Amino acid sequence: MMSRADHLKGVVLSLILALILLFSWQYLTESNSIQSHDISAENREYEILMGHTQATQQPDHNFPSPRQFALEAWQELKAPFHNTSTNDRGIGWQLGASLYRVIIGYGLAVLVAVPLGLLLGQQPILRAALNPFIQILRPISPLAWMPIALYTIKNAEECGIFVIFICSVWPILLNTSFGVSRLRKEWLDVAKTLELGWARRLWLIILPASAPTIVTGMRVGLGIAWLAIIAAEMLVGSSGIGYFVWNQWNNLSISNVILAVLLIGITGMILDTTFAALQRRVSYAE
Amino acid sequence: MASTLGAALSGIATQSHAAVPYPVEKKALKIGFVPISCAAPLIMAQAKGYFQDEGITVELRKTPGWALIRDNLLNGSFDASHLLSPMPLALSAGAGHTPHPVRAVTMQNINGQAITLALKHRERRDPRDWKGMTFAIPFEFSMHNLMLRAYLAHYGLDPDHDVTLRVTAPPEMVANLRAGNIDGFLGPEPFNQRAVINEIGFLHILTAEIWDGHPCCALGMTEEFIAENPNTYAAVQRAMIRAAAFMHKMENRLEAAQILSKPEYLNHSELVIRQGLTGHYADGLGNVKNNLHRAEFSPFPYYSSGVWMMEQMQRWGYIPRSVDSRNIVEQVFLLPDVRRQATALALADLPSPENTNYPDFQVLGVPFTASTYPSTQGTKP
Repeated sequence: MMSRADHLKGVVLSLILALILLFSWQYLTESNSIQSHDISAENREYEILMGHTQATQQPDHNFPSPRQFALEAWQELKAPFHNTSTNDRGIGWQLGASLYRVIIGYGLAVLVAVPLGLLLGQQPILRAALNPFIQILRPISPLAWMPIALYTIKNAEECGIFVIFICSVWPILLNTSFGVSRLRKEWLDVAKTLELGWARRLWLIILPASAPTIVTGMRVGLGIAWLAIIAAEMLVGSSGIGYFVWNQWNNLSISNVILAVLLIGITGMILDTTFAALQRRVSYAE
Repeated sequence: MASTLGAALSGIATQSHAAVPYPVEKKALKIGFVPISCAAPLIMAQAKGYFQDEGITVELRKTPGWALIRDNLLNGSFDASHLLSPMPLALSAGAGHTPHPVRAVTMQNINGQAITLALKHRERRDPRDWKGMTFAIPFEFSMHNLMLRAYLAHYGLDPDHDVTLRVTAPPEMVANLRAGNIDGFLGPEPFNQRAVINEIGFLHILTAEIWDGHPCCALGMTEEFIAENPNTYAAVQRAMIRAAAFMHKMENRLEAAQILSKPEYLNHSELVIRQGLTGHYADGLGNVKNNLHRAEFSPFPYYSSGVWMMEQMQRWGYIPRSVDSRNIVEQVFLLPDVRRQATALALADLPSPENTNYPDFQVLGVPFTASTYPSTQGTKP
């Protein structure tokens, strides 16, 4: 374990890193924000049409500076739950829509993968039979699933959920079956000696013993689900933080895209932290 | 289908749009759109309350791409949708898949697109010098693709071998132009003007200068939906015709630009949208230009323009030569219904339609006379 002093040093160091990042961002964007262009500037009407007037201020041709970013992000963040119409909802709604999809799709994946993994872990023949299928389906990108899903499911909302399901199910399944298959034989022998029924054997021995690997699989699966939903929403649209990124990209509003990217990162981190805590609770020393 | 429509529309002539002659079968509709200026009539029909006047509530669904629009229309997630005008023809003819009868309920807009080139090509204006360049188009079954191909071919380039055409979503066209991944694009507004204002591209030519009067986007429904909801179809058609009349009037364009710029519609700066709609614009090379034909609006889906699209899709191998173009076009473009509804509405702002269903036009100065275009099976009554 790290000492308190070391921990503090780590925090200070990451603060310094954040400041360096912020300053280099400021330096790189401010220095070229007033770029002269090689078009003759005599024509006033032309300048107005190009947006070069006092009234309409300099349009953001370049990457926004931290100050511009903060101003625009504040515009978005001060009303996160505004709801003008289905095509114009606040970023809070969008984040909620994405989390909702992830909860459904990922929940289904856990419900399918954990029991199946427990079964495969105890049945080596079945595991060998299914392994080639799993290995082929596992590396497929969420975006590659999208056209097939759209064509067969015929509902954009369910497609998003399906894509999360299909991407997060494999790590959970593989980790669960791996954890179960790796159980120490002596423990199962003890269960046999005590003549435990299958339910008690599952509950008292198999599940607690393989819990650390199962939770690791669930943690990896959730990370993948969060990656997949953003990509899927950028393609399918209608709502969600991925849709927000696309919609702001459509407007070429880089500030709002950065804001969304930051929020995606922070949400991902929070999700991962909860699983890290769960992982610590179920881990044990042999 | 024709008989149900006839029954549904027979009473139209004596009705005003405020009183709904027949109850609509489906009151709440989901209509998809892609956030580009071509969707102006659809958005006006919503924002100006024309749908409401017909007793229907519309939820407009902003959609990121044309493939998704197509899938959502075909699987029934959308009751109607903004489509690129070659899409209902290609879908009904079964280009690349099983035929799926889709109908063009009205056209939305005329002209309004442009070829934008990167600023580094400002001295390279002759298309004969464009060998090896890369251009972005929004979709294969689009007027953008067909017109860019026709333009390049007119100058002796083979669009399949001499240049690279890349299907790209419009906002990415601007980003790719900046990054230098593409040399230019034939895209929808507001993205041509956006490239100008961002000082990365210039307007090489407007599509109004290639073919003045070409249709671009349509409003589509599946034949199935129309057959099951004939009164809803008629109501949507009326609202779209009124919206076309609103957009046609030049005095309304500034208000339209304001509405379109809202976050729930195009989510784009009003300054950019306005220039595309009014034809008073900066060309990216330091000139202020005025072209009243830059963007126009008309609901009439004339058959001759459809025959041109079919011919071009056959020319580039999207649709087999054996397909009877005129037959498909006359089934897909619901011109007689649009004419009937427009006559009944008698809108002062709507330009009177052409006398013929096959008006002649010129593409790059070459006359196209579709009325003499051969039909292998003859025209269905």
